[in-house]
Amino acid sequence: MSAEAISLAEGTIIEKTVISDRTKIKKKKKMSSDQLSVNIIGALLVGIFALICVIPFYLIIVASFTSENSLIRDGYPILPRLSELSLQSYALCLKNPTAILKAYGMTISVTVTGTFLAVLLATMTGYVLSRKDFPWRNQFSFFFFFTTLFNGGLVPWYLMCTRYLNFKNSIVGLILPLMFSVWNMIIAKSFMAGIPAEISESAKIDGANDITIFAKLILPLSKPLIATLSLFSALAYWNDWYNCMLFVTNEDMFTLQYYLQRILGSAEAMRIVAEKSGIALPSIPLEGMKMAMTIIATGPIVLLYPFVQRYFVKGLTIGAVKG
Amino acid sequence: MGRGEYLIKNLKRHWMLLLMLLPALIYVIVFSYIPMTGIIMAFKKYQYNGGIYFSPWNGLNNFKALFISGKLLQVTRNTLLYNIAFIFFGVVFEMGSAILLNEIIHKMFKKTVQSLMFLPYFISWVVAGAIIYNIFNYERGVFNNIVTSLGGAPFDLYNTPGAWPFVLIFLKLWKQTGYGSVVYLAAITGMDQEMFEAASIDGASAWQKIKYLTIPSLRPTMMILVLLGIGNIFRGDFGLFYQTVKSSALLQPMTDVIDTYVFRLLIDNGNVGVSAAAGLYQSVLCFITIMICNSLVKKANPDYALY
Repeated sequence: MSAEAISLAEGTIIEKTVISDRTKIKKKKKMSSDQLSVNIIGALLVGIFALICVIPFYLIIVASFTSENSLIRDGYPILPRLSELSLQSYALCLKNPTAILKAYGMTISVTVTGTFLAVLLATMTGYVLSRKDFPWRNQFSFFFFFTTLFNGGLVPWYLMCTRYLNFKNSIVGLILPLMFSVWNMIIAKSFMAGIPAEISESAKIDGANDITIFAKLILPLSKPLIATLSLFSALAYWNDWYNCMLFVTNEDMFTLQYYLQRILGSAEAMRIVAEKSGIALPSIPLEGMKMAMTIIATGPIVLLYPFVQRYFVKGLTIGAVKG
Repeated sequence: MGRGEYLIKNLKRHWMLLLMLLPALIYVIVFSYIPMTGIIMAFKKYQYNGGIYFSPWNGLNNFKALFISGKLLQVTRNTLLYNIAFIFFGVVFEMGSAILLNEIIHKMFKKTVQSLMFLPYFISWVVAGAIIYNIFNYERGVFNNIVTSLGGAPFDLYNTPGAWPFVLIFLKLWKQTGYGSVVYLAAITGMDQEMFEAASIDGASAWQKIKYLTIPSLRPTMMILVLLGIGNIFRGDFGLFYQTVKSSALLQPMTDVIDTYVFRLLIDNGNVGVSAAAGLYQSVLCFITIMICNSLVKKANPDYALY
């Protein structure tokens, strides 16, 4: 019987491929003039836009590998100046690596811890609110959603964080503010509402409790969701400079982006002072260093994208709050 | 069965779900609902020892100071106009690129383009600030290099307030379009494909299918995104404005938004009361706008309403 099933399945697969081959042939034949024009115009437009999206990165990379003398004399390059290629800027950034390493360590630990907690919180909350047998799900949903409609503004929030929760110079102050987002919760809720309710119901009848159902059954079925939410959270943590600027004064605790912000700012300040006071510019490659530091601070997070890309469209279902 | 009994029965049955909900509940209470009560700061003279709840009352003096400063109208106007531009061009660019991406048959090309478009979404506003610096720096920027090599006069962005709306709108679109288009693209892939096939059989051209099928089917997604945008129409994207404009007073008439203004009042000037008043003004404006818009949408078509 099982052999029969297999052959049956094979049969349908073969049939399907035949059909899809046919439609392919049809499509190729039927690529009419208007379809062709849509394709060409579309490819051209999005292609140009995609180029515009990458060019700034290219410019920064090229500048970071150009010698400081050339940057000062000829400005930031458009095309690589082959005779002026140099690792000078990176060497200077890494000459005293403790600050960068500390910033890296800080950013990585905040990102990893924060992302884990944020994804757990969003999926757990989203799951409860997606359970149709949970009697207060609409009320709680609105309780969460209301915070996006109205808030107390920056001042009460800031006072809460600094005066009552003591976020000054604490790693908690870098993790907690980004840990929960109502949007991530809504994405989780919409995704989990699409998982058949029978899974939870039958497990419940078998005696499993809600936490077990969530951890053992629902989470494994939610990989696209988890990938998407992890990416969002990791990006938010990795790219955070705001909370560091508000709460951290201890240089050992600077995150990468805030460290970069300081470098961009202080390099500029040093130059202005040097120019105003008429003192010859120090031979520190400031311009190139800014660019190299920008690359160093951006790096790893961009590499994350290919891993989660295939889950992206599936995980990202936005829905309204109701229901 | 009475109401109370029913409640107890439900509590007994669902206590574990409630337990799972608890961390998020505590979170929003601490970070959103308790700070909401802090709006009373707008009517108080902040004293360090008094904190939020025990500082002395100050009547409407904070609001008076806010209106006297003359800045309020300017920052409100800027915030509103920038956001209108962001919403409008955002929809055009995101929906447009999603539709075009969907039409492209060549798989590799489509995938590459999509990945490249997503790249700017991955960087922080600090890095975006570095990019603006690289391109528009007066002495060494790429832009001026091109202009002068073509024989033009160098252009000083940091002394030209009028050019900033273009730069900021462009930067926002540059950073956001890749992400936004994925949202629309997800909606397109979720559409009924038979509808398109039927249209082809009936002889509809590719443009007609876009115009009469794809765009109308994207309307719910668009409405949600637009309504979300409208809900924040009086909230400026702090990072965008703060990291690119920096604290240039010369550019403020064109680039200062409510958020940067509130931030300066609080952090740079330490003017807690006035800053709280400006924050409350902003929150109330946002709240009223979204309430009105949502109820209008609900009247027109309940399916499109946010809540």
